[in-house]
Amino acid sequence: MASKVVKKGVKLIGAWDSPFGKRVEWALKLKGIDYDYVEEDLPKKSPLLLQLNPVYKKVPVLVHHQKPIAESLIILQYIDDTWKHNPNFLPLDPHGRATARFWAQFSDDKVLRTTMTAMCSEGEKKEEAVKSVRTAMEYIEGELNKEGKKFFGGEDSIGYLDIAIGWISHWLPVWEEVGSMTILDPIKFPAITAWTANFTSHPVIKHSLPPHDKMLVSFHRLRKVLAPMFT
Amino acid sequence: MAESSEVKVLGAWPSPFVMRARIALNIKQVNYAFLEENLGEKSELLLKSNPVHKKVPVLIHGDKPICESLIIVQYIDDVWSSAPSILPSDPYDRAIARFWAAYLDEKWYPSMKGIATAQGEEAKKAVVDQVVEGFVMLEEAFVKCSKGKPFFGGDQIGYLDIAFGCFLGWIRVTEKFNGIKLIDQAKTPQLLKWADRFCQHPAVNGVMPETEKLAEFAKILMAKMRAANPPN
Repeated sequence: MASKVVKKGVKLIGAWDSPFGKRVEWALKLKGIDYDYVEEDLPKKSPLLLQLNPVYKKVPVLVHHQKPIAESLIILQYIDDTWKHNPNFLPLDPHGRATARFWAQFSDDKVLRTTMTAMCSEGEKKEEAVKSVRTAMEYIEGELNKEGKKFFGGEDSIGYLDIAIGWISHWLPVWEEVGSMTILDPIKFPAITAWTANFTSHPVIKHSLPPHDKMLVSFHRLRKVLAPMFT
Repeated sequence: MAESSEVKVLGAWPSPFVMRARIALNIKQVNYAFLEENLGEKSELLLKSNPVHKKVPVLIHGDKPICESLIIVQYIDDVWSSAPSILPSDPYDRAIARFWAAYLDEKWYPSMKGIATAQGEEAKKAVVDQVVEGFVMLEEAFVKCSKGKPFFGGDQIGYLDIAFGCFLGWIRVTEKFNGIKLIDQAKTPQLLKWADRFCQHPAVNGVMPETEKLAEFAKILMAKMRAANPPN
């Protein structure tokens, strides 16, 4: 077995098209943290992955000082807790922190997962899921309007919630295409649309986005695999 | 929001999630008003404070509502930041506590609920096995997190103790109704001892309902569910 010499104390095990793994990459890059990257050849799961994340067997896993941490939002908070320099992803005030956590959890449950469902299902199920996602997105649109800034993290700062919903900027268009559906109507969601443009043009984010056409191929393939579970 | 602003908890006495908020406030010795919701008929205040999920618990601090039990616990730890701490101080220990708390809510709790709704003995056994498998993993986690001390949090009750311990009432009711042991001496001896310690802790014993009372409530609840969804 080829041994990967750990050059730095931080290792990220991910997959190039995973929106969850990308969150961690963004967080590490935004904080300027040096790390080794290990690409998992999914759907095959390597012995390393199974050893580091036996409970879920999923990417991403962050390994720091040889200790593994799984679950992307938990990893984000770990990074924020460990490397306390700017940018701080979570706001410093308790209410701001609770709010960011609430909407991140909400968007994973009600926007991301349901978009996946919509992408992989057909007919009435698909319609219901699309409707449900749009309703959920209205909350996010509302929160963005409340903030009135470029990002949830502030005028120039990408924060926890921006990273959490970052998938909307680049994965959602792919999933819409693969699932033959429209979710992010710019007329209905002007704030999210503007946020998407700002997010993807941020210098750290811009250079990290995987190629759109490659993603179409991989998510078409994923859809084929998952579709039977959604009938 | 100042530490001294008024604190209210909207909740329901049988809910393990509500218990989390109350235990956290008790640990910090914060006075609060407990507003019991009648879940058959949600109050105006609940609908206004948690328009997204319309669920308990909601913590109202001054005039600001905070929703979702684990988020509430972290908020309480952030606001009343003097000792005792609820989240571990070390970032890695913190991540592990968050990991297992999330596991409990996302994976373990749905399988736990599945015990009541499983159709037939075989299906029930399969779900029970899943629940026990989860406990075996938590037993391992307990050994790692406690490092020989009485709680996941060490000498004091912490985040994972609260996240997990709140379910003990319902776990005991399920054991009673099904004539099984979910946390037992054979597979999870440490958890068995921890469970007793947790329930007797002063921050817990006033809010953990007695198993008998919870069992009565469960019977009424199940009867209502059966009436609403009669089997074909």
